[in-house]
Amino acid sequence: MVLTDIRSRALKPLALWWLVFMLPLLPLAWLFEQAWTMNLGADPAQAIVKFTGLWTLRLLWITLAVTPLRRIFHWGWLQRYRRMLGLYVLFYAMVHLLAFATFILGWRPDLLWRELSERPYIVVGSLALLLLIPLGITSTRGMQRRLGARWVKLHRLVYVIALLAMVHFIWQIRSSFEDQLLYGVILAALLGYRIWMRRRSLKRKSR
Amino acid sequence: MLIKRRSPIKSSDITSESVYVNRRRFLQGLAGTTALALTEGASAIPAYSLDKDQPKYPGPDWLQGALRDSVRNEAFSTAEKPAPYGNIITHNNFYEFGLGKQDPSQRAQAFKTDPWKVEIAGEVNKPGVYNLEDLLKPHALEERIYRLRCVEAWSMVIPWMGFPLGDLLKRFEPTSKAKYVEFTTLQDSDQMPGQRSFFSTLDWPYVEGLRMDEAMHPLTLLAVGLYGNALPPQNGAPFRLVVPWKYGFKSIKSIVKIRLVEEMPGTSWNRTASGEYGFYANVNPRVDHPRWSQATERRLPSSLFSPNIIDTLPFNGYADDVASLYSDMDLQQWF
Repeated sequence: MVLTDIRSRALKPLALWWLVFMLPLLPLAWLFEQAWTMNLGADPAQAIVKFTGLWTLRLLWITLAVTPLRRIFHWGWLQRYRRMLGLYVLFYAMVHLLAFATFILGWRPDLLWRELSERPYIVVGSLALLLLIPLGITSTRGMQRRLGARWVKLHRLVYVIALLAMVHFIWQIRSSFEDQLLYGVILAALLGYRIWMRRRSLKRKSR
Repeated sequence: MLIKRRSPIKSSDITSESVYVNRRRFLQGLAGTTALALTEGASAIPAYSLDKDQPKYPGPDWLQGALRDSVRNEAFSTAEKPAPYGNIITHNNFYEFGLGKQDPSQRAQAFKTDPWKVEIAGEVNKPGVYNLEDLLKPHALEERIYRLRCVEAWSMVIPWMGFPLGDLLKRFEPTSKAKYVEFTTLQDSDQMPGQRSFFSTLDWPYVEGLRMDEAMHPLTLLAVGLYGNALPPQNGAPFRLVVPWKYGFKSIKSIVKIRLVEEMPGTSWNRTASGEYGFYANVNPRVDHPRWSQATERRLPSSLFSPNIIDTLPFNGYADDVASLYSDMDLQQWF
């Protein structure tokens, strides 16, 4: 982004920061409003869990889109918001799990154990959330500096997490695979772009 | 507890007909004598005070008399509290109208349910295509408050208005070859947006089936009403099946064809995923769905912070009435 005016250079990032900070909170705000006004139907628990799960997936996909968008459109400024978006993925994933444990299982230990041992898609989803936690913890600038090259390697876990999340999603197909196909195609494009970039850079090196 | 009944009598002729016919005669007799005695097994339906905000579904004129004259069959009704009307008409799995639970209530309002034709076909002496009005005429409606257990592990208590499927089948004189009953839902992609979906794993039209003894069982209901009113379109108007001891997907909606057949018919969910949904689909806490447990269910409506989780009962709590139909079957295999 070309910024010529000094004032706008100072103001714009701040305004943009607030925008990126507030936008991912909107779905949650909407959900609260719907729950408060009893608009979630006969099974609000299921509605909340489904909604938060879907937004976890969306935010993860958006986070994964940062690098391709930055490179393709030369949007350097986007990079600065990747961490925040990534932390929102962790946040929504935790809300999703908490909602499931509270509203669906009522924190009944026997049910928690049963779900974790009998429902493979819940195991896969939980694993994805578990792997997100170290990424969240090491997301600070200080940790990034301290870990150096290992930080990059560690944060490649996000690809594994995305695939686990996709399996978690696919495993819930019942009568339609429309959403799963859509999210799968987008994920394939996001990961495919990286593979393509990597191949290209390897070819260049070998020349 | 599932109590296995060992009996030398064939499962198909244990209780159903004679006992049931007697029970009906008994009720009808009572109805003719005194209103007081009605409380024995049946009673007038208390006027439902439906929420003012809820839409009303009066249904066709020709149905009004039957709805008005219907009585509650207490003997076949659970004492559990029915789910609020508003919940029953907005929480539906009716994939012909979309995948979301609220899609049917939003998209089915213009669904044309009158006039409605039903074809009776296959192994019967009197096959034909009938107007629903004519088909229903000989049958008195009764209200039955049944538990409905969805295969997705939620459940509701629902007051249906209808009459036993067996009474209807008998009128068309099933032949000796009639071993199963196949039901078909309307196929009309102009009215049913879900049938236009390219991504559906279900083939249309939706098809379900019952074994003959299941179909003739007095608990098996053909429903045309809900909460004292006509059936709303999203609940399967104008004419649906209710089999309370089986998972909800067996209770096929908006039926246009009833065919009696010799071989076990293919059924929609079984064709889509035979490892997950069996032909019988009896509610069974001991046979899990491959992807989730069936040991408990969430009774709806459920409040957010104290989810109403209850143990699922064999045959959805109707084991005393129907377990004998399956006494010689391995329910793990025939799930």
